[in-house]
Amino acid sequence: MRSTRSLRGEAAIVGIAEAASPTGELPARGRTLEAQVIKAALDDAGLTLADVDGVAHADSSLDLAEFLSIAPAFTESTYTGGSGYELYVEKAAAAIATGLAETIVIVYAATPRSDRKQGLGGWVEPAGPRDEFEVPYGLGLMGSYALAADRHMSQYGTTEEQLASIAVATRQWAGFNPMARFTDPLTVDDVLASPRICSPLHQLDCCLVTDGAGAIVVTSTERAKDLRNPVVPVLGAASLHSHNMIHAMPDLTVTPGAITGKRALDHAGVTAGDVGLLMGYDSFTITALLHLEDLGFVPKGEAGAFVADGNTRPGGSLPMNTNGGGLSYTHPGMYGIFLLTEAVRQLRGAAGARQIQDLEIAVAHGSGQFLSAMSTVVLGTEAAL
Amino acid sequence: MSRNEFAPLPSAATARYWAATRERRLLLQWCPNCERHVHHPREACPGCLSTELQWRESAGRGTVHAVSVHYRPFAPMTAEDCPYAVAFVDLEDGVRFLANVTADDLEAIRVGDPVSLQWSPIADGYHLPVFHANAH
Ligand SMILES: [Zn+2]
Repeated sequence: MRSTRSLRGEAAIVGIAEAASPTGELPARGRTLEAQVIKAALDDAGLTLADVDGVAHADSSLDLAEFLSIAPAFTESTYTGGSGYELYVEKAAAAIATGLAETIVIVYAATPRSDRKQGLGGWVEPAGPRDEFEVPYGLGLMGSYALAADRHMSQYGTTEEQLASIAVATRQWAGFNPMARFTDPLTVDDVLASPRICSPLHQLDCCLVTDGAGAIVVTSTERAKDLRNPVVPVLGAASLHSHNMIHAMPDLTVTPGAITGKRALDHAGVTAGDVGLLMGYDSFTITALLHLEDLGFVPKGEAGAFVADGNTRPGGSLPMNTNGGGLSYTHPGMYGIFLLTEAVRQLRGAAGARQIQDLEIAVAHGSGQFLSAMSTVVLGTEAAL
Repeated sequence: MSRNEFAPLPSAATARYWAATRERRLLLQWCPNCERHVHHPREACPGCLSTELQWRESAGRGTVHAVSVHYRPFAPMTAEDCPYAVAFVDLEDGVRFLANVTADDLEAIRVGDPVSLQWSPIADGYHLPVFHANAH
């Protein structure tokens, strides 16, 4: 792999939009919802569809472009689960840096909560070796993360209380987000008293199932400087997947983030200590805990004490998931786009009651499938360029 | 459907594995070039891409690497199967194997506990390899 990469600061996120609701349900679905958030993100950027020459969509960028009647030079549909949106930003920034395209729209919409009520079919897992070597044992998504949590607890002495404190801190942040599904204060005891579903994980260690949608517009930083919003450049990005099913994970306590975090931060020319906001994918409390260690915010095995001490809470040393996260704000299935919209909002200084003061560097770290595929995006203010 | 009615759909790469479970034998794929096991079974060795993979029988002894007790069923398990434990077992053969682990007290199963192979009948005469935690 080339040691020098040249995308630092070449592209910027200029438009963001998202749809979510405290009920967890949205009135629109599918393409209707996608069109709404694309329009809102373009409006936010002060651009129109005529400016767009690139699209990314987890199902089919081909179908999306046809729907929008555009002929994109950049087209991207790699499926890595919930981290796909960070991957798309990395690829979009690389395409823009090399002149393949200039203005790229990334979109996501899913309405699992409403779909279930209406009896519409949910997401179906594609066939694979899991069907023969994991599924027969009744191992699903949550159980896979529970195994990682159990191993971390056994290896490093991490406790259920420490994991629960991530849910508590995230709920405190959700209290500042009027769009969040849950905003009532939560205690460690509440989490431990919630049903134990797959030990050591309780119901309140798990993300929500809500409707939600988001869109992002990425363009050249040169062009971004002429647009209406504060410039939020992509300073660094890196992606890696080490396995798909948890059975093939090389070490249950070390995620691909241990590599992507360092690469993306090095690329941006910053260290973990420079990061003022971590938007770290919290499908489960254990997921967020592993990010803190693997991205280098704390040494391996020490994230439990770090979160229990309140470091990720409002007022803490490392604000994490200030929108309320997948645990308390929204989680439609592939939550990664919301990590980016919140990071951009914070870097613009437009996060209202939950605004982090003097923020210069934020990290959006996506995690897909079974701790399998991770992408880290380092974003900054124009001053960080 | 209950777990006992679960029917695997073997592929060309896994047919031999599943056929052996009819006789309650646990076969692991072995690459003679790399002198290592390959698990899950697949069409070629990820070390050398050899498609001439062999099979070796496992004694089915190992220790618990990680465990989770499930109080809610995930398909194909049903409410009657709950609670059940899912664990990674580090087999003496050098393979990390995922399976259910039985014990008198599921919550007492710990990382490092020794386990031994047992068989659970499923559909079409196949069996699922599962493990028992001897200490509990
Ligand atoms: Zn080989």
